[in-house]
Amino acid sequence: MSEGDHEPGVDENEYDPGRMYVVTGGRTGTGKAALDLVTLIVATSEPQPTIQPEAAGILRLCESPLSVAEISAYTDLPISLVMVILADLLKDEHVEARAPVPKALLPERALIEAVMHGLQKL
Amino acid sequence: MDFKSSDAVVGPRSEDILPSSVSTAVKVVIVGGFGVGKTTLVGSVSEIRPLTTEETMTQAGVGVDDNTGVERKSETTVAMDFGRISINDELVLYLFGTPGQQRFWFLWNGLFEGALGAVVLVDTRRLEVSFDVIGRLEERGVPFVVAINTFAGAPGYPVEELRAALDLPDNVPIVDCDARKRDSSRDVLMALMRYLYSLAVKTEAS
Repeated sequence: MSEGDHEPGVDENEYDPGRMYVVTGGRTGTGKAALDLVTLIVATSEPQPTIQPEAAGILRLCESPLSVAEISAYTDLPISLVMVILADLLKDEHVEARAPVPKALLPERALIEAVMHGLQKL
Repeated sequence: MDFKSSDAVVGPRSEDILPSSVSTAVKVVIVGGFGVGKTTLVGSVSEIRPLTTEETMTQAGVGVDDNTGVERKSETTVAMDFGRISINDELVLYLFGTPGQQRFWFLWNGLFEGALGAVVLVDTRRLEVSFDVIGRLEERGVPFVVAINTFAGAPGYPVEELRAALDLPDNVPIVDCDARKRDSSRDVLMALMRYLYSLAVKTEAS
């Protein structure tokens, strides 16, 4: 079967929870930063030598826009940890966030039309 | 020491790098039972090789030892595959494939929040898996279409029979697809967009 679904299970590449605690300082939230899986992140500065390695890795990745989900995938870090690191980087203005379309009851016609147009070209 | 060097991070391949003009991202969620073909569908239309994002699910241990005061927790890593389609220079669409069980939905903060809509991918051999999913999407007010992945050997049913079996309202589209094929998977997304468009028109008219 070509299906690549993952059921819950032990992952050998699992990020060390101890290291996770060090990076987050025990925090789990992202403060005021409203980050979504598809928020696009762009680095606005080069990583400083004093920065944590995880944050430096993210800054290097985000020379071009990259979604939060892609950052998690490429760094192999859990999404919640990526969001905590990004919240700090945002606060310190090392990155810029391009927020997804604001939550509306239903998406606008123009947006749906644009998506349809793009899909037709596939 | 389990220490990940940032130098080890391998970023997107050069052809997968988004242009800096991209300013907006939207998402669609593909929901379905295990093995129904979510990742196959995502992979067949995605411009990038499907990626995997992970989240750690922590469950408080059942037998907490009062003497130590340390709560035992078991951690499970749950993965979600996703893909990407560049719509134009400014807009990019992400597709997330998630298992049908709601306990997984909470893991990814706001997975459905702000999503354009969802595709419920159905295997006719295991229709019962879809009942819960459809009910929960309705509860959350997430618009969705139903796509029947036509596996070889899966029994074919007339659409109206499936509609009755799934207790779907008349206006919710049901489409057949072969998740392995790019054009077929694209058509599923088109069916969702047409449905969303009809809902938007209806909302504007009222």
